[in-house]
Amino acid sequence: MAVIDIRNLEVGFDTPEGKVQAVNGINLSVDRGECIGIVGESGSGKSQTFMAAMGLLARNGTARGEILFQGEQILGLGSRALNRIRGNAMSMIFQDPMTALTPHLRIGDQLTEVLTTHKGLGKRAAAARAVAMLEQVRIPEPARRMRQYPHELSGGMRQRVMIAMALLCEPELLIADEPTTALDVTVQAQVLSLMRDLKDRLNTALVLITHDLGVVAGLADRVMVMYAGLVVEEGPVETIFTDPRHPYTQGLLNSMPRIDRAGEERLTAIPGQPPNLQRLPSGCAFRPRCAYAFERCEQERPELEDIAPGRRKACHRERLEAVS
Amino acid sequence: MSDVLLDVADLKVHFPIPTGGLIGGRTRWLKAVDGVSFSVKRGETLGIVGESGCGKSTLGRAILRLIAPSAGRVLWLGQDLSGLSQEEMRRHRREMQIIFQDPLASLDPRMTVGDIIAEPLTALEPDLPKAEIKERVRSMMSKVGLLPEMINRYPHEFSGGQYQRIGVARAMIVRPALIVCDEPVSALDVSIQAQIVNLLMDLQAEFGLTLLFISHDLSVVRHISHRILVLYLGRVMELADRDSLYREARHPYTRALISAVPVPDPLIERSKRIEFLSGDLPSPIDPPSGCVFRTRCPHANDLCAAKVPDLEPVGTDHQVACHRWREIG
Repeated sequence: MAVIDIRNLEVGFDTPEGKVQAVNGINLSVDRGECIGIVGESGSGKSQTFMAAMGLLARNGTARGEILFQGEQILGLGSRALNRIRGNAMSMIFQDPMTALTPHLRIGDQLTEVLTTHKGLGKRAAAARAVAMLEQVRIPEPARRMRQYPHELSGGMRQRVMIAMALLCEPELLIADEPTTALDVTVQAQVLSLMRDLKDRLNTALVLITHDLGVVAGLADRVMVMYAGLVVEEGPVETIFTDPRHPYTQGLLNSMPRIDRAGEERLTAIPGQPPNLQRLPSGCAFRPRCAYAFERCEQERPELEDIAPGRRKACHRERLEAVS
Repeated sequence: MSDVLLDVADLKVHFPIPTGGLIGGRTRWLKAVDGVSFSVKRGETLGIVGESGCGKSTLGRAILRLIAPSAGRVLWLGQDLSGLSQEEMRRHRREMQIIFQDPLASLDPRMTVGDIIAEPLTALEPDLPKAEIKERVRSMMSKVGLLPEMINRYPHEFSGGQYQRIGVARAMIVRPALIVCDEPVSALDVSIQAQIVNLLMDLQAEFGLTLLFISHDLSVVRHISHRILVLYLGRVMELADRDSLYREARHPYTRALISAVPVPDPLIERSKRIEFLSGDLPSPIDPPSGCVFRTRCPHANDLCAAKVPDLEPVGTDHQVACHRWREIG
């Protein structure tokens, strides 16, 4: 059984300018020990999908569909019922650690609270576990850090403290939303290796939400590429990178400068702007930026269809051949 | 030497940090930039890389004298800028512009895009006829990929990538020789990043622009730069042409940095060896003695604690500040 199984999820927001549809019918499941990379740019709906799963949508947001966590429907549960799961069997880490840490509480108090609440541990046992976990995320002098406040730590250290907090209860599912985007590259490497270790050692199911294809390449087993609230391509990580089938996936890969290549030639940018969810074009949302678009793309939204074992894409073009 | 546009010599920016009480409190110094030297040729792009707190943004601002340097010299076409009065410096401003990560953060949202782009021009040439200004703004807008008919629109009507095009147009309107680009693509989506990088490279080719490209993103820097300067805690660790730096970096810090950058290729990314750094960045108020990198360097020895390494040549157009570069190979 999948750890999390999301079916036909739709997320919308009421705004003064009208309803905005952020997620438009997503299906995805993650197994134990599996890492799924969710790739997309701003407005793709990649974060809101999982904010809905965590019950963390903004007040003007509504979600419809099913989110099954270990077989139990959790979409629409009240916060009391959700709190049994959140921070315990299902944790989330964010780009900004201060969204998860309380500024006026010592690191130690924040970490032990998770254990005393969810696991019924005594203060002393909880503190010992917390120190051990800080060591695991390579925080120097963990005992001293326990007595410090978040502002006394560097950004990289705060990020590792948040990860330690998310891991204390050894969750079945860890959702990491741009976990390393705000970090320096050398710290990022440490955090990513920590997450890889977690997946391999504890069999944690991992959702990695990011705009960085390099991060996905190192960690994900499967990749879902999102655009304007829809999945446009899905497949095993190797094939997504070596043989992208959707024009958007291809465009993303081509537009990235690579550190392992001498940059003489121009980058192949994707023309135009990211989608405005309030004014989506008819048919395929990527159409205005797509070099392969033809009439059908204007009239009909492409469905996500199987194209090979384990691979799906939402595009009317069967093959991406150069069009003049 | 005639093609050297900018020559920076032993530049220092130290910020005073008040400590202790009103009486008897002594001032400590945060050494954001601590003795940086390099030169840039006309038409060249120098990438300045380093992680947060390395002083790269302060360095860019100090060169333009948006922050006053504490010591050292900045020579512009051989002339020392550091002694100039505000008035004399104003005349040089036209030749040196800057673009920021978030170009509109400091701008008035009630100004039209046309006024925003024209502002540096009207400041420098207040007597320029209105029609002439408008004409130049329109032509610059189309040059940077904005529709000239949007000249009377307001910033909020544009998207992130277009904001940066506005920032570029504003810098370019006075036809500078040098643009300091401070993390110009860091806040942009991947697909848009490429558009702006291409735009900067096109403008450089057309106008012979010189760029100081400050960024934490080593992939973008490799793509756009001719030469690259690696900063750590306000000091230069390594300075080399692009290919030397990425193919045969000598400094342990540069190597750690490069090895840590994720490559969008699962095969490479999963088999590469990362050189992890131990510990955290030391405080720039109380930097380590000798080589500032030594507390995190796997090769550090007694000499590294005792003596600051000089920037010494390791090849043509390749310099490194490391006592042990020969031994570590």
